[in-house]
Amino acid sequence: MVIAVLHREEVLARAWAAASRVVDPELPMLTLLDLGVLRDVGLEGAGGVVAAITPTYSGCPAMATMRDDLVRSLQAAGFDDVRVRVQLDPAWTTDWITPTGRAALTAAGISAPGPAPYRDGPVVLQLTPTRRSLRCPRCASSEVELTSEFGSTACKAMYQCQRCLEPFDHVKEI
Amino acid sequence: MSDVQTHEPDDHESAYSGLLVNDAHWAFGTDFEDPLAGVDTTVPDGVDAKALAAYCLMLGDDALVLSQRLAEWCSNAPDLEEDIALANIALDLLGQARLLLARAAAADPDLVPALPEGSPVPDEDRLAFFRNDAQFRNVRLTELPNGDFAETIARVLLFSTWRLAVFERLSHSRDAVLAAVAAKGAKELTYHRDFAGRWFVTLARGTEESRRRLVHGLGEIWPLWPELFETHDVEHVVAKAGVGVDPAEVAAEVEVVIEQVLAASGVDRPQRGGLAGVQGRKGRDGGHTEHLSRVLTEMQVTARAHPQGQW
Repeated sequence: MVIAVLHREEVLARAWAAASRVVDPELPMLTLLDLGVLRDVGLEGAGGVVAAITPTYSGCPAMATMRDDLVRSLQAAGFDDVRVRVQLDPAWTTDWITPTGRAALTAAGISAPGPAPYRDGPVVLQLTPTRRSLRCPRCASSEVELTSEFGSTACKAMYQCQRCLEPFDHVKEI
Repeated sequence: MSDVQTHEPDDHESAYSGLLVNDAHWAFGTDFEDPLAGVDTTVPDGVDAKALAAYCLMLGDDALVLSQRLAEWCSNAPDLEEDIALANIALDLLGQARLLLARAAAADPDLVPALPEGSPVPDEDRLAFFRNDAQFRNVRLTELPNGDFAETIARVLLFSTWRLAVFERLSHSRDAVLAAVAAKGAKELTYHRDFAGRWFVTLARGTEESRRRLVHGLGEIWPLWPELFETHDVEHVVAKAGVGVDPAEVAAEVEVVIEQVLAASGVDRPQRGGLAGVQGRKGRDGGHTEHLSRVLTEMQVTARAHPQGQW
């Protein structure tokens, strides 16, 4: 019995390790775990693995690819019976991006998000540009200017550094 | 061992390096996937499944049709940043539509159009591509042609202000799927509303020409604004059952936000009454303007030509 329990924990750890290696298809410097998209890995039945993922945005086109990548990584680790389920609640927030994930973003020239807005009561309309205290991921200058709240993917805004003039992406708080 | 998980240190000279090192995952394509895979879609106790499905169709069709309209701006917007912004908003709405149509299909499979045996087209795509205009339940505001950039901004402002207010309430729905979709969507709509609100003020306080266009655009869509607050029988039923929102209840709150933008812009409320329905039927009953059939023709033509197609 004890051996069976130990074995199960070991198998689960192996499944977690395989799932945790999978990177985001559009931010390949980041694993799905560091992005906060991979929410859970569990065992079911005899040898089955079920991974839970939460979409970053409702229309995120990378979800199917993430699922495929998880299935293939787990299969490569010896799990034949793999299921990926969608977990919609609670909604994804940038607060789930891990410190490792934030460091990887910065190293790749992408500015990491600040704390997600805390909401209590109706959402207040903001008619002035969102103020964020950011640093250019390349030269660390704080003189940066927002170009657009929408960027190359649903989760990013576009900025330009006023010192080194380099444009860069910022993962926007949500 | 798959090579997807390992990747070389990035070559910072190329924005594509990280993608090209590990392009194995793209080779597998993004075939059909259930957006509600593993989600419990049981209809809550005491809720009429058909009414819930009809309600999801309404909210899903609003998002789908406006998404298609906004996507028409792709490569046509005044500058690259706004082009990308409108495409991003369209993408968020498309994602919301996909989830809502999938939820509608799960609650009432009878809604889903039948296709030839063995067709791989998933339920939400069948609903999007194989219904005719009279079967769509979107409000007519979403189907009008885009007009110019100013008119599009005015429409995104009105629509996202209304939808955000509805979604904030809907996030407390007794239907766990609708609640989750709404909680997620509210975060997205907050960005859409801020974007449109800022542009509205910018255009109003910009040049004489930008102001003229904005005032004109707002006037063009204004007759379709009251329809969003008229409670349809379906909305009445789902609101009573605690799974949906009675749109009349958000009217006051929405009004405050719109007044705030109009005041900051120095623009007066248009003095135009609401557009009547045809024989009393408006968008929620399947009574649409001629524009819907045209936008659907473009949206649906490829899918209809290949009912067995896999993308």
